[in-house]
Amino acid sequence: MLHIDIKKRLFGSEGEFTLRLKQDVNRGDFIVIMGESGSGKTTLLRIVAGLERAEGEIFVDEEVWLERRFSLPIQKRNVGFVFQDYALFDNMSVKENLLFVNPDDSLARRLMEMTGIAGLSSRNVRRLSGGQKQRVALARALMRRPKLLLMDEPFSALDPRMRKDLREKIRRLHAEFGTTTLMVSHDIIEAKHLADSVWFVDKKVEPVAPDSLEKLLYA
Amino acid sequence: MSIDWTPFILSFKLASLTTLILFLLAVPLAWWLSQSKHFLKPLVETVTALPLVLPPSVLGFYLLWGFSTDTAVGRFLSDIFGHALPFSFTGILIASCLYSLPFMVQPLQNGFASLNPHMIEASYLAGKTQFQTAWRVAIPNIKPALATAIIITFAHTVGEFGVVLMVGGAIPEKTRVASVAIYDLVEQMDYASAHLYSAILLALSFFVLMAVYGINHAHTKRFG
Repeated sequence: MLHIDIKKRLFGSEGEFTLRLKQDVNRGDFIVIMGESGSGKTTLLRIVAGLERAEGEIFVDEEVWLERRFSLPIQKRNVGFVFQDYALFDNMSVKENLLFVNPDDSLARRLMEMTGIAGLSSRNVRRLSGGQKQRVALARALMRRPKLLLMDEPFSALDPRMRKDLREKIRRLHAEFGTTTLMVSHDIIEAKHLADSVWFVDKKVEPVAPDSLEKLLYA
Repeated sequence: MSIDWTPFILSFKLASLTTLILFLLAVPLAWWLSQSKHFLKPLVETVTALPLVLPPSVLGFYLLWGFSTDTAVGRFLSDIFGHALPFSFTGILIASCLYSLPFMVQPLQNGFASLNPHMIEASYLAGKTQFQTAWRVAIPNIKPALATAIIITFAHTVGEFGVVLMVGGAIPEKTRVASVAIYDLVEQMDYASAHLYSAILLALSFFVLMAVYGINHAHTKRFG
């Protein structure tokens, strides 16, 4: 479903390096991307979304997103993106944030119910807690029924109980919306619970089986 | 003593029109400057900021030269407006717009630049164009900067003197704005009227600035 073969020059803590990735992803897969800070995990998501340039090619279901000099505009890629800092539209209410993406009232209502924010529908997003903002960001990312859902450390600011709750919601949404998901995470528990496959980013991206994560990380 | 309000009305008209015209021009320009990585951006920024450091007499001199019907530009402008521009209201309006440009552009550009870039990206990811993003996401989120830009531009135009005097002279009911009228009154040694006019302008400027700081303070208190 998703074919990526890219490289990109990056500046890390130990100087310049080239991030390389060549992977194919099946429809409906849940990929967790792990790796050290500054290894290029976020950049990888941004390249797929079209927010950053890279050399190489990206195909999604026969559609060309990136190839040689061609790069499909961000607006046409139809990805759902959950930023680490949520990046909600501050001037809008919860519901307006969703409807801005796609004026589908019944879908907005359904997503707000599934993420447990229906009661906050008309509240300005500046007045929400971190966990609530996180769920709005998740609901908003699904408003275009994206083929690809990209999430940048959605759990980082949450306490353990909320992590478990959000994990369940993400799992349900991923299944119900039939998305293919790439999620950056630091957390081995999230990776084990959610991932079909884990990509370990260290200049080159290596896939590992979720079950062998402990061996890799604690060896 | 009866007050002749005409110079104040003229100042107010000049400031209102300048603010309106500059707002329409500066919003797209400031948005472009805040988002662009174009190699010409430093050049555009420099030209926009020039009126801040240029003596009004220099700008006034070039405008008079440019407005003169001896030049092709001057003839073209006279044809458009139907009259020669020096010593006319249209002339001082154009001069004001150039002179106050940075006071409108810079607060707006800073406002746009202070927005979370991810919020702008989220709008593009939602399929929205640059224009839709600016109109529905960026502009509504820089309200204090909008208020600052509008009020400061208005106040700065009311306070303009050198460039208006040079381009417009002091023709009653056409170009004799409040600041120029005060200069005239002092020259005529009519200190009583000069006092009164000056006090009015001082009070006006004070309340305008008070409004700007008040709005920003209220906004900071509300949203942190």
